[in-house]
Amino acid sequence: MATPQQQQLTGEALANPPVPMAHQTSMAVSSKLQANHVNFYYGAFQALKDITMGIRTNKVTAFIGPSGCGKSTFLRTFNRMNETIRNTHVEGELLLDGENLLEMDVTGVRRRVGMVFQKSNPFPKTIFDNVAYGLRVNGMTKRSYVQEMVEKSLQRAALWTEVKDKLNKPASALSGGQQQRLCIARALAIEPEVLLLDEPCSALDPIATLKIEELLFQIKDITTIVIVTHNMQQAARVADQTGFFFMGSLIEFDDTKVIFQNPTKKETEDYVTGRFG
Amino acid sequence: MATATYARSIAGVTGISASRKITNISMLAFTGLATLLCVGVLFFILGYLLWNGGRSLSLNFFTQLPKPTGETGGGMANAIVGSGKILLLATIIGVPIGFLAGVYLSEYSNKTFAFILKYVVDLLNGVPSIVIGIVAYALVVQPMKHFSTLAGGIALGIMMIPIAVRTTEEFLRSVPNNLREGAMALGATKARTIFSVVVPAAIAGLTSGMMLNLARVAGETAPLIFTAFGNQFWSKGWLQPTAALPVMIYQYAISPYDDQHQQAWAAGFVLLALVLTINVTARLIISRGASSARR
Ligand SMILES: Nc1ncnc2c1ncn2[C@@H]1O[C@H](COP(=O)(O)OP(=O)(O)OP(=O)(O)O)[C@@H](O)[C@H]1O
Ligand SMILES: [Mg+2]
Repeated sequence: MATPQQQQLTGEALANPPVPMAHQTSMAVSSKLQANHVNFYYGAFQALKDITMGIRTNKVTAFIGPSGCGKSTFLRTFNRMNETIRNTHVEGELLLDGENLLEMDVTGVRRRVGMVFQKSNPFPKTIFDNVAYGLRVNGMTKRSYVQEMVEKSLQRAALWTEVKDKLNKPASALSGGQQQRLCIARALAIEPEVLLLDEPCSALDPIATLKIEELLFQIKDITTIVIVTHNMQQAARVADQTGFFFMGSLIEFDDTKVIFQNPTKKETEDYVTGRFG
Repeated sequence: MATATYARSIAGVTGISASRKITNISMLAFTGLATLLCVGVLFFILGYLLWNGGRSLSLNFFTQLPKPTGETGGGMANAIVGSGKILLLATIIGVPIGFLAGVYLSEYSNKTFAFILKYVVDLLNGVPSIVIGIVAYALVVQPMKHFSTLAGGIALGIMMIPIAVRTTEEFLRSVPNNLREGAMALGATKARTIFSVVVPAAIAGLTSGMMLNLARVAGETAPLIFTAFGNQFWSKGWLQPTAALPVMIYQYAISPYDDQHQQAWAAGFVLLALVLTINVTARLIISRGASSARR
């Protein structure tokens, strides 16, 4: 028979289970996005395994890792893009500013969390209408406002001087690098709080890549940025923090400097030094 | 390089080369001949129609009503207008239904259901046109107790549905998924994405597909015989019987009068010219759309 005092102790311990250390530290700094014990499944295949990670406000976070390790899948849980794929489901907790984003209105989440894709995907519309699209679908149709935002976004995407005389030309008439910057401008037009970029430079030459990296620095003060990249130098150049993924798990997540110069895990070291099998 | 020379020397030694050459040349000849025949048939038909009906192809043919049997002259103005009205109705009925079903098939339905639906649509496509005519007769003509333009339009409209569904489905499916994702990532709803991004991306193909579909039913005769029926005079309205070119051709071709035979040939030429014009326009739209997409 337990004494009443003992009973009280066990009860208390159950109500406040010990919080794991990693979890505690990531909650302590301000996280724009927070994933807690996230699992993700394509049908029966588990693509993400118990991922816990906090993404800091107005910082650039990079995801690296070998092909097929789940970087895109994880990125797409933050704007719930994975929901558009049939027969998938997500487990765990995903927070945007501390609120459960799985319970928010999905279009609202996507309005706040923008995305740029690996392959540029301009709509078959004019340059102007491409950038205005997000404003219009979100009910911001006042002409002067749309015009102002289109110009502002194109400027922030470092594309304005190149396209200001051909805003009514089809977007397909732009070069590959310009198209990708157009897609960034399009995402920026609705002033998202977070911008997710999935290998945005993988189809671009070094100069176009540099332009995009520069513009990430420009928008960092107002936007939280998460970028997936296969390019280690790029991660080292642009990211404040870097997460290394391997086979659906987050192996290591730390300041970029630590990941590249002094990683704790052997897998991380092998990968960043290019010794990966 | 080395392997190629080796192969050639072997071939030369064994004499395979000569027999290969013969096969090659005869293949070219046969396929070329078949192609020539295909093209030739079209020009033969056009020429034959013009040769036999050319004399009746005056301005009168387009502006005048048919003359009573036995009299010469007159035209088929009523049948041309009647055909136009029937085809307009068919488009209004067949295209939206087929288009929306195609959108559902490509964008909303799951795999199994899509498979079943496609199968059903293909079966509908295989229903002989005369059967569709009988159905339209039973469903529209009998209850209304009249043959009518409307009944003819419904019959041809039903015939347009299967191709409209498959055209829509195929062209929407060919739109890359990253466009849909791009729109949805900006907060667009699924419906908005479909109608503001996916459909515009496929519009050239959709338009021309629908035009080819229209051209395909423009010459249908059987379903019109018991629906639009025919009329020697101007049709008194959408709910009254009307003349139509294909039916007119049929009636005049089996008549005993030579003058009517000529008119039938002329009508055949006009109908074919109409169908060819629609076809060529549709192809032009497709190639324009394709080249603008490539830019
Ligand atoms: N639509 C899908 N259906 C089924 N499995 C998928 C789907 N998309 C991705 N996967 C699987 O999930 C795993 C993670 O894929 P993901 O695209 O997230 O990898 P990644 O790290 O982004 O790779 P990459 O660097 O090549 O882009 C892979 O094994 C992949 O095969
Ligand atoms: Mg990826």
